[in-house]
Amino acid sequence: MVSSASQPAIEVSDLTVRYGDRVAVNGLSFRAMPGQITALLGPNGAGKTSTVETLEGYRRPTAGSVRVLGLDPVAEHRQLVARIGVMLQSGGVATGMRPAEALHLSASYYDNPIDPDELLDLVGLADHRSSTWRSMSGGEQQRLSLALALVGRPDVAFLDEPTAGIDPSGRQLIRRIIAELRDRGVAVLLTTHDLEEAEKLADHVVIIDHGVVLADGTPTELMRASQGDDVRFGAPSGLDVSSLGERIGAVVTEASPGEYVVASAATPLMVAAITAWLAEMDLPLADLRAGRQRLEDVFLRLTADADAKAPEPTPSRRRRSRR
Amino acid sequence: MKALLAQTRSELMLSLRNGEQLLVNIAIPLLLLVFFSAVKVLPIPAGVDKRVDFLAPGIIALAVMSNAMVALAIGTGFERHYKVLKRLGATPLGRGRWVLAKIGMVKILLIVQIALIVVAALALGWNPGGTPLLAIPAVVLGAFAFGGIGLLMAGTLRGTVTLALANGLYLLLLLLGGMIIPFSEMPGFFGTIGKVLPSGALSQVLQSCLRSGADPAGSAWVVLGVWAVLAPLAAVKFFRWE
Repeated sequence: MVSSASQPAIEVSDLTVRYGDRVAVNGLSFRAMPGQITALLGPNGAGKTSTVETLEGYRRPTAGSVRVLGLDPVAEHRQLVARIGVMLQSGGVATGMRPAEALHLSASYYDNPIDPDELLDLVGLADHRSSTWRSMSGGEQQRLSLALALVGRPDVAFLDEPTAGIDPSGRQLIRRIIAELRDRGVAVLLTTHDLEEAEKLADHVVIIDHGVVLADGTPTELMRASQGDDVRFGAPSGLDVSSLGERIGAVVTEASPGEYVVASAATPLMVAAITAWLAEMDLPLADLRAGRQRLEDVFLRLTADADAKAPEPTPSRRRRSRR
Repeated sequence: MKALLAQTRSELMLSLRNGEQLLVNIAIPLLLLVFFSAVKVLPIPAGVDKRVDFLAPGIIALAVMSNAMVALAIGTGFERHYKVLKRLGATPLGRGRWVLAKIGMVKILLIVQIALIVVAALALGWNPGGTPLLAIPAVVLGAFAFGGIGLLMAGTLRGTVTLALANGLYLLLLLLGGMIIPFSEMPGFFGTIGKVLPSGALSQVLQSCLRSGADPAGSAWVVLGVWAVLAPLAAVKFFRWE
């Protein structure tokens, strides 16, 4: 069972992973605690996969160390695999296998598995008895993959993009299951590009790029830390920002299509001026955030800063070939 | 033990559910046996009474190759391609039990294949001679030799390349291996190559075990033994799990 709650379930210390000349992970450190959902966020090629694969024991650190449940993932692999669950981003099941067969088989690997039929019910696949993996939809495959990761009652669950390509109801189901895992004391390490998912689900967010940590904290902390003296709003893209700027007396920029930043403190007067201009132009307002940013704003700003600082072209930006 | 049994059962079930594997493991060997026993198009060695007396040992050798090399390579190659092996690497099953389950699957399929071939051959009037009990170690050595080659391909090449190469190699080893075309009918050069191939060594050994009057197979046992050791060693050394 889960070790004392004050002990980190995952501990990454100065981890470096190099493939030949290319540095995928560059002195990365972070911790993940039991009973928490930790989201590892980063753009493609940031070093997420290399980090997680080192934690799962698939590769050795070039330098630094990792511990999962206090164990060395390579040297103590046998003890470790009995206590972790891994959900791959895709594949992982023989194409001719049916859901119940795959789960019963995986259950046989563990001493005290969850009842496969119960689990099948939980992930909503109980009525998919006769379909094979090959004939299942992407969402059904994801739900089965999640069940396979959980059947051994892991203390640490590694979930790679668990809701990628899933319809909204499937996504809700998976999020609910992940939240239940946390409540049972499991340390969940979630790798994702989906910032909304991280914001909704994670207790702890680690943003990485170019193999280094850019930010580490709770979603609230990260959003507060980066709170700027500005007002952000969403509206149709391509607005005449200079006309708006003149009217309200502040510099307005379109940060990304349809996403505007007003360089001014969020006084009620300022907010009123912006909305008045939009009303005159008969333009819809998608949302308006005074001061508080979404995780996506933080993420985009941090990774853009990291890009600006990184020497170009950096080899680590290239998406690593996985095989 | 529970995991090993479940894994073996699952491997067996998947291969029995797979139409291509049934075709290559069972239908093609039986078809070749029946067809070439009945239709007198292929030459048989001098002094052989009935065509089936020559064909039955060769078809058993073919069945070993189909199962342990072709079906195993293609099945494992795609499991690797679809990251099945990667996922298993993070479970307590372990590589040792995975390999044992594959061996168990090949063994059980071999028993089924050989039983079917023997029944069909006897129905066609086969009169086995020689020392049939020696065919058992021969089949085991052959399975290790071909299984090593199959896993070497599956563990080093992409899934689709493994598929193509396993099928190409199947045809080449079938034609040059003395399984349905006797070495005596081949130009000396082909025969020399054929006899150092695992297919040629296994078919020579099985002819000597199962047909009276066949050539003694002393050197073929040595060739087969070398393949049975080197091919699995190479597979262990070069196999990549993902």
